[in-house]
Order: sequence, then structure tokens, then C-alpha cells
Amino acid sequence: MAPALRWGLGALALAALLAVPFVVTQPYPRHVFISIFLYATLAQAWNLLAGYCGQISLGHAVFFGTGAYTSSVLGKELGLTPWAGMVAGVALAVALSQLIGYPVFRLRGHYLAIATIAVGEIVQTLMLNWDWVGAARGFFVPIKRPDSFVNFQFHQSKQTYYYIALGLLLLALGVARRIERSRTGFYFRAIREDQDAAASLGIPVAAYKQRAMAWSAGLTAMGGTFYAQYILFIDPESVFPLSLSILICLVAVLGGVGTLWGPLVGAAILVPLSEGTRIYFGGTGKAIDLLIFGALIMLISVVQPGGIMALAQRGRRRTG
Amino acid sequence: MSAPPLLEVRGLTKRFGGVTANREVSFRVAPGELVGIIGPNGAGKSTLFDLLTGFLRADAGTVALDGRDITGLRPDMVSRRGVGRTFQKLKPFTGLTVLENVMVGAFQKTTDPREAQEQARAALASVGLGGKEDAHARVLSTGQRKRLELARALATKPRLLLLDEVTGGVDQGSIPGLVELVRGVHAEGMALLVIEHNMRVIMDISQRIVALHLGEVIGDGPPEAMARDARVIEAYLGRAYTREAPERPGA
Amino acid sequence: MTLEVLLQGLIGGLLMGFVYALIAAGLSLIFGLMEIVNFAHGEFLMLAMFATFWAWALAGLDPLLSLPLTAALLFLLGIAVYHGLIRWILGAPMLAQIFATFGLAVFLRSAAQALWGVDFRLVKDPLVSGRISLGGLFIGLPQLVASVGALAAFAFLYWLIRKTETGRALQATAQDRQAAALMGIDTQWMFALGWGIGAACVGVAGGLLTIFFYVFPDVGASFALLAYVAVALGGFGNVPGTLAAGVVVGVVEVMSGLLIAPTLKYVTVFLIYLAVVLWRPQGLFGRF
Repeated sequence: MAPALRWGLGALALAALLAVPFVVTQPYPRHVFISIFLYATLAQAWNLLAGYCGQISLGHAVFFGTGAYTSSVLGKELGLTPWAGMVAGVALAVALSQLIGYPVFRLRGHYLAIATIAVGEIVQTLMLNWDWVGAARGFFVPIKRPDSFVNFQFHQSKQTYYYIALGLLLLALGVARRIERSRTGFYFRAIREDQDAAASLGIPVAAYKQRAMAWSAGLTAMGGTFYAQYILFIDPESVFPLSLSILICLVAVLGGVGTLWGPLVGAAILVPLSEGTRIYFGGTGKAIDLLIFGALIMLISVVQPGGIMALAQRGRRRTG
Repeated sequence: MSAPPLLEVRGLTKRFGGVTANREVSFRVAPGELVGIIGPNGAGKSTLFDLLTGFLRADAGTVALDGRDITGLRPDMVSRRGVGRTFQKLKPFTGLTVLENVMVGAFQKTTDPREAQEQARAALASVGLGGKEDAHARVLSTGQRKRLELARALATKPRLLLLDEVTGGVDQGSIPGLVELVRGVHAEGMALLVIEHNMRVIMDISQRIVALHLGEVIGDGPPEAMARDARVIEAYLGRAYTREAPERPGA
Repeated sequence: MTLEVLLQGLIGGLLMGFVYALIAAGLSLIFGLMEIVNFAHGEFLMLAMFATFWAWALAGLDPLLSLPLTAALLFLLGIAVYHGLIRWILGAPMLAQIFATFGLAVFLRSAAQALWGVDFRLVKDPLVSGRISLGGLFIGLPQLVASVGALAAFAFLYWLIRKTETGRALQATAQDRQAAALMGIDTQWMFALGWGIGAACVGVAGGLLTIFFYVFPDVGASFALLAYVAVALGGFGNVPGTLAAGVVVGVVEVMSGLLIAPTLKYVTVFLIYLAVVLWRPQGLFGRF
């Protein structure tokens, strides 16, 4: 596809997305869009570490929860605007990620994956028992009226939330694209493909893994702050669970790990699917959609580990 | 040797449990010299490479590059000091294209993707893979992968290149081409340390040969002398190998 | 915190430890054969427990009596999972392998939830109940029986692997797949057998646990995580090593529950996992 055509289509898509809230005015459909953007952002962040750099983390909710709690607690205790809280959340998440990465990145493959699960479980358990932030009861973000950008709360409509979520997604996509084409991106992928060969070419492997981890954790934390300000209630069950870590991975894996558009594609399919099954199957909806997810994950891993993007590539190569 | 050595290995020793893979290994490589390493299986050749390039920690001994100690440095640090290497079990980045593979190497000397691309193209052309830039590395044949790995290491612009098995697993017809490649790299002034099982090849290209047996250096000298050295012959249980006129294509 | 309470906890941990060891042994066996971590291992346990429960609820079969049935059922499940899923991802990238068994775990867990709901179930009036007194310390009879049963199964497994020809073939395949194939060992069958036996181990453990443990769709999760730790501690692929490792995990779990806080007992166990894989990756006893 010619670059000019690609830019044109991209601009058109962006314009369409920007126009959506004017066409879609009901809160629920807007919520679906916001969910898609949020999950796509989280998956894109995870993708940086796992897709490009090959380090499989199954405990990424840790950073999501860190972002959510940091901005919320700072907002409540110090009256800090959630935007500053978001920055603090990012800083804390990045610091935490480096701390975790230091021992954990000595591991590879399955051992690494299990270690990340262990870390995730430890953090969630600790948060469930930390009274100062509400422990298992959770944390209500103090409601501030009227709607204000500074306070990052909008009660009249979801429109501003929509644009912020879209902005986050564009940021994540931008970061990924920038990294993809740079030396950092090449080094990430070299590490993914063969760590030893990468080292033999002068790549300080541990340092670059930590770099990927930092970008990944920071973006994920931003998503956490957004979530806290959107839902206005957080608890360890909703922002730290293993199931969230898995869902983030699934979105990226379904769409295409290690690709730029995979996470968005994955979110665009999974979020409506999840909402749909919940509506359709009512009470047991939770189990049914997970049932489908489980089957989907198995299917992808067997048939096309590269996800939908890889399927699209195959199709294109056959016709093109 | 009047010029100071490029590589100086002294008393390098590595033990794995009860087995001593390398025992008091010492030798030198002069700038621009091509030194061959020979030895029967289990002689400790690949262990030596791993020790030199930081993939293994030595139990004793030192390695110095240009007079500076590089013993115990991490592999990436050794590489940045100017030592490149290929692997016996080839390690291409299979998910990347041929060009991207070499760009990873080129990025050691530049951070600009465009410049890395140019350098990579040049390196690929020099190994004869110029037409295969956009192919995925995984579709290459063994001989092509060897060239790829060489190009990738060359792109880091090393001063000393360690080649682990140039002709291993390659069909007979491709061997002369690979040998020419190595000669060409050497002709450009590169110092080379080459592990090779093919006697004909190693005797042909080496200026000096270091022979290993059971982890020890049992000989160090020009190829003709090594071919007649009693200990070397004994280690190999082979006949005396005299240097024949090398067969050149078209000769 | 009296000595008595501590001793009581120690014994409890020891007993549970043997059960953990049996669960971990299955996991270790599979990993030793093909370097794949079965992320659905906990769900295998859950299914075994449900099978045992339903045998009791619908046919009145006591868990001890239905044990051979459960073991056989899980054996078949293991083989089915191998042929239906694992076989296809043997050569796949590691991410695909992780997600394959992970997807299976999610699938099985939600299937159980959809079929049987989230309620906790318990076998009432099992054959084995009550407790015995040992010098002032009380030992629950079900726990004791489960523990002894697990130990017996473990001993059988050990005998199977070390002393029978099939077991030796399994060992050979685990150590060097290609060499084993060259010696005429059917690798595919070995892999399937490994999965079958590994699942059967969990089947026995599940059957025994159902005597006194609550059965619900998520029950496998915590056991599985403890099993991973035990496998790492014993040495990935080292089946005999998991015995000591299982006991260590069991004791640490209970003791940290007593000495630190009940809610934090898993934290200690996970910290041990991290410590082991970082400072002694080969586990306490090294590989097979």
C-alpha cells in the first residue's frame, strides 16, 4: 500500500473515531468504545515487553493497580489532581518494574512466566491486607462536582472520558511505533529471538529488558489512573487480579503479539464479544465468556500463534 | 613478534565438576593474524570461545585485548571492545529478515536506523547475500545462514573475529565459497581465530595453528610444523598431512 | 503460640506436604519429558475432585472407593489432552505453549463454573472421619489417610519410573529424546503416557482431598501454584525430588500461616519460589 494512501486512510480513521461521540450518544455504546481503547492501551503496553522483547509477564495487573491506587490515594490524602497523580503513578510503577525486573529477568520462558504470576499474587495479597488503602473493602475516589478536567471527573456524559481514552491509546500506539523503528526496537526483537546472539552483538540484554519493562509498566499505570477516575471505585479484586493480567495478554495474543495494530484489533474483537456474551447469557455470562476466551486462546496458540494480524498477512501474501 | 599482541590468553582454565575443559590455555593472536584452532572432539575448543567472549566464567587465567584485561566481562561488553563471533550452532534471528538481522549488528556502531541499514547492506553484499535482504532468516539454507551470521558479526566492525566452525554442516560444493569469504575478510586486515574441523581448510588458510587436546595446548606454530608434530598427530591418530596445492575453482 | 500449636501445625503441614508432592510429581514428570509447564494442572485436580464428589453424590460411592475410577478417568483425560492439544504445540514458540495450557485452564475452570455453579460442595459422612490422638496432638483421620494414600501413590510412581521398563523408557525420553527414539522408543506414546500418568497422579490426589476438602471450580488454583513452587524446589523434571519439596512447601505454608499471618502464607511460599529459581535454579536436588 502506497504511503500516501496509508496516511490518507489513517487520517480518515482518526477523523471517524473523533466523530464517534457525536454520532453515538448513548452512554452504554460509548462505554464499549472506552473499554476497547483502554484494553487496547493495556495490551499495547504489555506487547512492548512481551511481544517485542519476548519477556512474558503474566502479572501485569500489578502496574495497573499501582497507577489506580497511587493517583487515588494521593488525590484523597493530598488533594492532588489526578493528572499529577497519574505522573506519580507512572513513576512508582516504573520504579516497581525495575525492582521486579532485576531478579525476575534472570529467568527465561516458563520460569519467568510463573515468577510474574507469583509477584502478581504477592502484591494482590498484600493489597488485600493493607488497611490504610481500604484492604479488601476497596477505595472510593472522592466525588468532585462539577465536572472538571483538572479533577478528571465527568458525570454529565462520557464524552470527555472517550477522548481521554482515545488519547491514551494514541499515545501507546505512538510510543510503540517510535520504538519499533528505532534501535531500541531492533534490540528488543533481537533479545526476543536469541538472547545470547544478541549479547554477542554488543546488546546489554538485562538493561534493555528493563527498558522495555519501564515503558510497559508506565503506560499500564496510566491506564490504571484512567480506570480509577472513570469507575470512581477501585479494590484489589478489580485492579490487581490474575484474571486481568491474563485478559491483557489475551487481547494482545488474539490480535497479534509483536505487531503494532494487534492489540487494537484484539480489543476491538474481545471487548464487544465479552459484552455480548454477558448480555446474552445473563447470570452465567461470566463463565460463558471465559469459556469462549479459553477456547479462543487454545485455538490461537495451536493454529496461529501470531494472532489475527498473522492471519491477515498470510491472506495478503496469497492474494498479493 | 614485534608488535604487541591483539589478543593475549594466559593460563585460561575452566572446570565443569570433575572435567577440566580448558587447562592452562595460553596463546597469542597478532593484529591481522589468522590463527586456526584444531583439536579432536572434546578438546575444549568451543569452551575456549565461550570463555573468550564472556559466555562462561573462567576458573583461572586472563584474557587481554590490546593490553586491556577483558577477563570475566559480559558478552556484550566483550563485543563492544571489538570481539565478534559466530556460533557453532547457528543463531539467526529467525523472526527477522536477513537485512534486519545484520542491522542489529550494525546498530552497535550507530543509533540511526538509516545508517544501520546502509552498513547492513554493505555487509550483506560483502558476504554475497545482497539479493536476499528481505527474505526471512528462517528460509535460508545452512550455508546462507553461515554467511548471514558472518555478515551480522562483521557489521559490528570488530577487530578480532572468532569463527566457530566455518564449514560444519555445509555441503561440499559450498565450502570453497565460504573459504574465499574468510580469506577476503582476512585480507581486509581482520584478525581471525577460527575453529575448524575440516583439516584441508584450516591448514590452508591459517598463518598459525593452535592445537588443543583434552583441554591443553599441545602445539602452537605454523601449519606445516603442526602437520608434522608428533603430539598433534598422535591426538588425531591421523597420517601426516602435507600441504597440497589448494584446489581453486577454475584453476 | 505454644509448642503444642507449633507441633500441631508442623504435622498438618507434613501431611498436606505429601499431597502437594503427589500433585507436583505429575507436573514435574510432564515438564521433564517435554519442557512444557502444564498451566492447567490445578484444573485437572479440580476435575478429579468434582468427579469424586459426583460419584459420591449420585452413586453413593465413597471417595476412597472411587479412587481407582478417578485415577483412570484422569489418566484418560491426560492422554486426551496430549493428543487433542499438546501434540500440536510441541515445536511451537514458547508463548504459544504457555497459552495453550493456559487457555485449557481457563476453559476447564469456566466449564466447571457453567456446569456446576460456584457453590462450595463437601462430601458428607465419608468412610474415614474423626481424628486420632498421638501424645496429646490431634491428627485428623481424613488428613492422615490422604497423606498416607499420597505417599503410597508416590511410592508406586517411583517404582514405576525407576524399576519398570516403561518407566525407564520414560526416563530415557526425558533425558534425550532423539537418542531414545533411535533406540526404538515411541516418543509420541511416551509423551502421551507422561501426560496420562501425570494427570493420574493429580487424580489420586484429588480423590483423596475430596474426603475432607471443599470442592468448587476455583479450588485448583491455589494447589497448582503451590505445586509449581514444589516442582521448582525439587528440581524441574526431578520427580523424586518433589517429595521433599512438597513437604517443605506444606510445612512453610502452615508455619507462616501460624507465625506470620494466615492471609500471608502464600506470600511466603511464593517468595521461596522466587528465591529458589534465582539462587538455585536447579532446585535443591537438581534435574532428574
